[in-house]
Amino acid sequence: MAVIDKPENAPEHCPGPSTEQAGKASACEGCPNQKICATAPKGPDPALQFIKERMNSVKHKILVLSGKGGVGKSTFTAQLGFAFASEESVQVGVMDIDVCGPSIPKIMGLDGEQVHQSLSGWSPVYVQDNLGVMSIGFMLSDPDEAVIWRGPKKNGIIKQFLKDVDWGDLDFMLVDTPPGTSDEHLSIAQYLKESEIDGAIIITTPQEGESIIFAPTTGGAKKMAEDLNVKYLGSIPLDPRIGKACDMGISFLDEYPDSPACKAYLDIISEIKKQFTD
Amino acid sequence: MSDSISTQLENIKHIILVLSGKGGVGKSSISTQLSLCLAKKGHKVGILDIDLTGPSIPRMFGLENRQVHQASSGWVPVFTDESQNLCCMSIGFLLQKKDDSVVWRGPKKNAMIKQFLSDVCWGELDYLIIDTPPGTSDEHISVVEYLKDANPDGAILVTTPQAVALADVRKELNFCKKVNLPILGVIENMSGFICPHCEECTNLFSTGGGEAMANEFGVEFLGRVPIDPSLTLIVENQDSSPDKDLIKKYSASNLFKVLSNITDKIIEKVSLKDT
Repeated sequence: MAVIDKPENAPEHCPGPSTEQAGKASACEGCPNQKICATAPKGPDPALQFIKERMNSVKHKILVLSGKGGVGKSTFTAQLGFAFASEESVQVGVMDIDVCGPSIPKIMGLDGEQVHQSLSGWSPVYVQDNLGVMSIGFMLSDPDEAVIWRGPKKNGIIKQFLKDVDWGDLDFMLVDTPPGTSDEHLSIAQYLKESEIDGAIIITTPQEGESIIFAPTTGGAKKMAEDLNVKYLGSIPLDPRIGKACDMGISFLDEYPDSPACKAYLDIISEIKKQFTD
Repeated sequence: MSDSISTQLENIKHIILVLSGKGGVGKSSISTQLSLCLAKKGHKVGILDIDLTGPSIPRMFGLENRQVHQASSGWVPVFTDESQNLCCMSIGFLLQKKDDSVVWRGPKKNAMIKQFLSDVCWGELDYLIIDTPPGTSDEHISVVEYLKDANPDGAILVTTPQAVALADVRKELNFCKKVNLPILGVIENMSGFICPHCEECTNLFSTGGGEAMANEFGVEFLGRVPIDPSLTLIVENQDSSPDKDLIKKYSASNLFKVLSNITDKIIEKVSLKDT
């Protein structure tokens, strides 16, 4: 290891908290963290190796992110999953890492389903043969049960989703995330570092954009994408039928193929597909 | 440490948390509007924004470029008006650039919340409104834990009418029960859209779900708030607008009437504590 990861406020000759010398070097004398460094397990997390092996059979991993809540991450993830899986030969997995507020089971019509255990791990719940889903929602005995967990426990379940779920061979794995930039996001990026993430899709609403209901103001998502030099994939109009389709757990795209919102979804999805086939 | 929390909060009469399991249902918008209503009714109000990775409160009040000052008694919250009746604290005021992202794990977030409670000199307040991030995780567990001695009045739950949002808010209700936080009531936000041209109300995300849920759980339903583009306009155009008095501008809007009713119900509810 050429670069040693050490904290900003570490003593000058800190050997790095994850090295063999951690807590034992002479520089560690008097460091308030000495005891923790000396006793913590050394080396990379052994789970990373298992995750890597599992993820070898997943061709593309895509994260769906947004800093803000309620902008439609889960809705988009589900519709993207349905759209990819409309080709029978394409194997799709959807992983919901919103531990405190899992919406994927409801949106994909899997309310009340349970995860089954097999020899090769937890089996995802299947919407159809080529569309498997994993969410903490499948593990609650009561759907109203609150998952009151701090970071480390949330990270534990995310690790398990990656390591213990028998995803099988997948063409696409879509990861739906909670709002924000905290434990879940850091962990998924860290756990998938070895097996590489293809990229992230960022969802936003037009509070700074052009729309009739969420009023028009300064510039919007397109401008933000230009400013930050990322690709703008497109915009999806608000259609009350999208919300209804989500509440009923059916594919909006199959249900209302002629609607403008459906066309917008399909344009964005084909744009994403194009990035993976080029 | 908890002593310093009690000291800073001892002159605050009522502490109310605004919660929701789901993101984007309008927690910050409702927190802002409640504060404006309370201030308009002559109360001294503070807002604490503990959504550390997605603070919205500075933007809501048009205070994006403001900084927190340090005084001998602690951090001075940012005041929104000259009469000094409404002040805010948010991590947004501590960032160098507004686009800086705060990528923190739990323990760091908890420490920040503790600092907000123990180091901000709120002074005398009638109401402290605490705006939270979505979910039932670190921030929520911590704030409830740290506030234990300060005896908060309770929580207001915000939801939108769709089943997907309600499912998450039901979880939040159970969270409140588990941590013994009283529930002051449920507000159904985005309940219909009032067209600015014809004033007809369209139920974009259906309606009535919040009330049904409140009844089911035996908690008070405080009211429905429609989507009104004029609020977004007031909020987003603060920089360019010559009139900086947000309380005045808001109290002229249609939403003020709706929220004013809800605020009265809340005032009545928490005043029981005084007697």
